[in-house]
Amino acid sequence: MSNNEWPLWEVFIRSKQGLDHRHVGSLHAADAKQAVQMARDVYTRRMEGVSIWVVASEAITASDPDDKAELFEPMADKVYRHPTFYKLPKEVEHM
Amino acid sequence: MYTQAMDIPGGPKAVAPGSPEEAAFNARIARDEKIEPRDWMPEAYRKTLVRQISQHAHSEVVGMLPEGNWITRAPSLKRKAILMAKVQDEGGHGLYLYAAAETLGVSRDDLIDALHAGKAKYSSIFNYAALSWADMGAIGWLVDGAAIMNQIPLCRCSYGPYARAMIRICKEESFHQRQGFDIMLALCRGTPAQKQMAQDALDRWWWPVVQMFGPPDADSVHSGATMAWGIKRISNDDLRQKFIDATVPQAELLGLTIPDPHLKWNGERGHYDIGPIDWDEFWRAVGGDGPCSRERIATRVRAQEEGAWVREAALAHARKQAARARKAA
Ligand SMILES: [Fe+2]
Ligand SMILES: [Fe+2]
Repeated sequence: MSNNEWPLWEVFIRSKQGLDHRHVGSLHAADAKQAVQMARDVYTRRMEGVSIWVVASEAITASDPDDKAELFEPMADKVYRHPTFYKLPKEVEHM
Repeated sequence: MYTQAMDIPGGPKAVAPGSPEEAAFNARIARDEKIEPRDWMPEAYRKTLVRQISQHAHSEVVGMLPEGNWITRAPSLKRKAILMAKVQDEGGHGLYLYAAAETLGVSRDDLIDALHAGKAKYSSIFNYAALSWADMGAIGWLVDGAAIMNQIPLCRCSYGPYARAMIRICKEESFHQRQGFDIMLALCRGTPAQKQMAQDALDRWWWPVVQMFGPPDADSVHSGATMAWGIKRISNDDLRQKFIDATVPQAELLGLTIPDPHLKWNGERGHYDIGPIDWDEFWRAVGGDGPCSRERIATRVRAQEEGAWVREAALAHARKQAARARKAA
């Protein structure tokens, strides 16, 4: 039965404010066109978006959770990448 | 709603510390971090989530039936449009939840098969019949009201996909309760016969709704594990109490009487006391022996079977198109 299941798609929506497309969830659809139609029905019923992307879930390559430390921990000691690292004299009001 | 049934016997026992992975997992739970699909998790945690999320999804979908039944008989175009929007939302809730369950490595078809075979449960509340238009009011006000109480703490659930689905659902849920209360309000401000319809609906739905929160804490076999795992945050009895405390003044505002002669404000506790709950009735409904249990499942099975040719045709068409595109390339 399971190989007759419609494939899974990931849905991304851009809101009216013109921000990046954001992942909102997933759904099953026979093809990409139908996935867009269904995403419209399921994820934009309250004017949540002005643009929809769908991507076949199997086409997504994700980072490995086991590599989390290796990938992301090196950033923890690089606080100088944030503006708040720099203490400026009071006279410099807005920078 | 609709997560009550997870607290029934047959689930995992306690969380036993074991492997280093398990220790790391427990530490993450203790730090209130989210667990994501590809993270290591104990098998019992995964199984509990699959069971709870799929039961929750089934409840959303079966929950469309009592209300869907009244769409063609709504008293005005406005009420009809509102009811359709609500039922459509519930279908969406089912989808978000099935999708969350699928991240745990189960297939949607298998989950639906389990429901249709009577192996998976859904909320006891949807085994009751919606007999009059006033029931649309009572369901929105009370059933969705109870659902909100239950679902808000689930937005903080330790499993990321479930928590995210719940956030989306909770956003949509508050209109459901309000439209139900609005129906009750219209009936209670109408003719004496209309007000009587509202009272009759409250009389029939009150106790099943109170039961919806699940068995008392003392009998909840594995509440402990789900609490420790950060899946469940507030106990059945506490949620039930919260619901009752919030609902009694609303009933007073409507001028309706809650069908419980023992209902009384307890100043010492700062809560309402209620009369005894008929747990036999609850277990019958959960066990598939409620007034409409068989009809609900039969309706779902029929929908699934009668839609099969459409799903097959769409898939065949998609495969053909894809093959043609490959040839042309
Ligand atoms: Fe819902
Ligand atoms: Fe709802």
